[in-house]
Amino acid sequence: MKKLLSMILIAAMSLSLLTGCGGNDGSVDGAETGTGSVDGSTSDAGTSDAGTSDAGSASNAGGSSEVWKIGGIGPTTGGASVYGIAVQNGIQIAVDEINAAGGINGVQIEYKFEDDEHNEEKGVNAYNALKDWGMNILIGNVTSAPCVAVAAETAKDNMYQLTPSASSPDCAKNANVFQVCFSDPNQGIGSAQYIGGNALASKIAVIYNSSDVYSSGIYERFKSEAANQPFEIVAETSFTDDSNSDFTVQLQQAKDAGAELVFLPIYAKEAALILTQADAMGYQPMFFGCDGLDGVLAIEGFNTDLAEGVVLLTPFVADAEDEKTQAFVSTYVERYGEIPNQFAADAYDAVYVIKAAIEQSGATPADGVSGICDKLSAAMTQITIDGLTGSGMTWVETGEVSKDPRAMVIENGVYTNFQ
Amino acid sequence: MEDAKKKKMTAYTKQMIITYGMVIAVYIICEICMHTGHMSNQMKGLLVPLCYYAIMAVSLNLTVGILGELSLGHAGFSCIGVFVGAVFSICMKDVITVSYLRFFLAILLGALAAGVIGFLIGIPVLRLRGDYLAIVTLAFCEIIKNVVNIIYLGKDSNGLHFSTKDMMSLGMEEGAVEIVKGPQGISGMPSDANFTIGILLLLITLFVVLNLIHSRDGRAIMAIRDNLIAAESVGINITKYKLMAFSISAALAGAAGVLYAHNFSIVKATTNNFGYNMSIMILVFVVLGGIGNIRGSIIAAVILTLVPELLRGLQQYRLLIYSVVLIGMMLLNWSPKAIEWKEGIVTKLKRGRNKQVEKQAD
Repeated sequence: MKKLLSMILIAAMSLSLLTGCGGNDGSVDGAETGTGSVDGSTSDAGTSDAGTSDAGSASNAGGSSEVWKIGGIGPTTGGASVYGIAVQNGIQIAVDEINAAGGINGVQIEYKFEDDEHNEEKGVNAYNALKDWGMNILIGNVTSAPCVAVAAETAKDNMYQLTPSASSPDCAKNANVFQVCFSDPNQGIGSAQYIGGNALASKIAVIYNSSDVYSSGIYERFKSEAANQPFEIVAETSFTDDSNSDFTVQLQQAKDAGAELVFLPIYAKEAALILTQADAMGYQPMFFGCDGLDGVLAIEGFNTDLAEGVVLLTPFVADAEDEKTQAFVSTYVERYGEIPNQFAADAYDAVYVIKAAIEQSGATPADGVSGICDKLSAAMTQITIDGLTGSGMTWVETGEVSKDPRAMVIENGVYTNFQ
Repeated sequence: MEDAKKKKMTAYTKQMIITYGMVIAVYIICEICMHTGHMSNQMKGLLVPLCYYAIMAVSLNLTVGILGELSLGHAGFSCIGVFVGAVFSICMKDVITVSYLRFFLAILLGALAAGVIGFLIGIPVLRLRGDYLAIVTLAFCEIIKNVVNIIYLGKDSNGLHFSTKDMMSLGMEEGAVEIVKGPQGISGMPSDANFTIGILLLLITLFVVLNLIHSRDGRAIMAIRDNLIAAESVGINITKYKLMAFSISAALAGAAGVLYAHNFSIVKATTNNFGYNMSIMILVFVVLGGIGNIRGSIIAAVILTLVPELLRGLQQYRLLIYSVVLIGMMLLNWSPKAIEWKEGIVTKLKRGRNKQVEKQAD
């Protein structure tokens, strides 16, 4: 009995191996040359995902075999799925807009998004799956740790990679990787300079998440920059993902040290709890945060009155008055039924950054993955983008973006420019 | 009598040959596919993780199936292997430039470290049995994960710097190498792992485990599993054999961890990676493959790792299908009705074959 069963299982295993082997004939070449010389089986895979790129497949009927195949990677399942789904949707909106307007230099875009579950191993798997699909440009990953893992792979293949939101400096170590969001060190330095430059407070407490790359990355640079600034850090306390529900100890320490300003380089969910618990303690310092705080007003069950007076440095706010933001927000709300966060805006900008880089360099899909990467990487330092998340964005060769952070204050339940 | 013994021997050798042959056959098929360009990038990327999960399942089967103790801390031992092996490789990157030698030493060191920790943990833990042992191993796995998450380690011209607070308190010079960054994991390993090494490691694991099972020590271990009191009464040293199986299992998991670490450029210890969830996943491989069935462990590990990856086309439904496959496999393998049904089919087939033989004889 066991023998029979194991034979069946062996058969199943070898079958699955064979499908893994055979199902992608030619896609290897497709990835190498990037000319869209993809055979039936893979283009099936592309069009069967038409749900995510209807405009792309519709344009295929036009007969052009040359398309830009843009792949995206991020967590669409698991704990970090909020960010991954936002990026997936943000890219989709931008891709549809560009395709409707005739594509990039007349070449249409096909788009496919893969799930990495916020896990390094799955991130690499997703990247390999997209390579089989014939991707020539990667937008990803959404979160930092998988991004570092995938960046090592894209460096081997010399594939152009633009991450919308992975902010750790390790992500952009290689020459082929660029960031749309601020890198963590820049946010930390920017925050310290802003607080010091505007003399917001002289005694400062920091509460950060030590298990999070984003949070501890900002904190480290904030602390080192603080030495040059006219304020003093009187309390530094941390928490981890496993202990993110009770902050009374951290707040009490800040209160006892007499901090006038509490710096929160963390995400909105924890910040909402901190604000609530500080209010319960009768502690009313000024709260100052980074882009992670964006979305604090949308937290369920949070009394938004408590967020009054919170200052945050953020590149994107959904109720900004400019036409571009309003158009994006209304499209997003119409299609996905919720207000986009900063991740969606970063992703939207990422597509337009790629478009500008392609137009600047004159790259075509026929250049091949490596050729496209060389051209786009060279073009990145020459372009200037006015996007949703900042105007006059430029890039340096190391891959970091330079844009001005905007300080916003929450007044009467809406973001307004600080000062 | 002689005949019976001979027959038994051949049956056992046959089983061994099938197990080794299966692994080698898969290796050859994969190599052919790779060299003729018929293998997708996705499959290529999955080969080393597949070896890793297979080794983990086989080594856990030694504890769960052969020793008969439920361990929920297997990923913790692997975690030790990951960090010891990776730190060694990063430090020795410039000293030992022959990648195979460096990787071999890293694997040895990782296995040794995990084995020693397994031995130390085993001394108090193996006094417990059943559910109690499961809970305590689970706790040790969490402890290992949390300890790894507070370690900050860096290297500059003055040597190694160590801290449990944060990166800045290392006080390193400019241009220093940050090796372990607390909860942000370890990065910068040389990518020494490849499929051939993975398969070799799997074959070594099989060799160790299968030979142990069929040795005098192995029979003693299984005697403990089957009846502790009887085993004790015939003079088997319970503590010695329990510790032996437990630390060998831990050492193999450590070696697998080194393989895993050198396949990815960054490894973090989280609940899903090298925490509770991973321990459970490995246990699922073992249970589905058949407790005590080494070959089954490999097959289950391979199938259950491949399923969610090959179903990527189905977008978010793939994880749903994965769990349905889990339930389906569990029912097919273990429900009494299904076993009855399968046995029915086997006897029918046999009867059919016998009839044919009879007919031919006529």
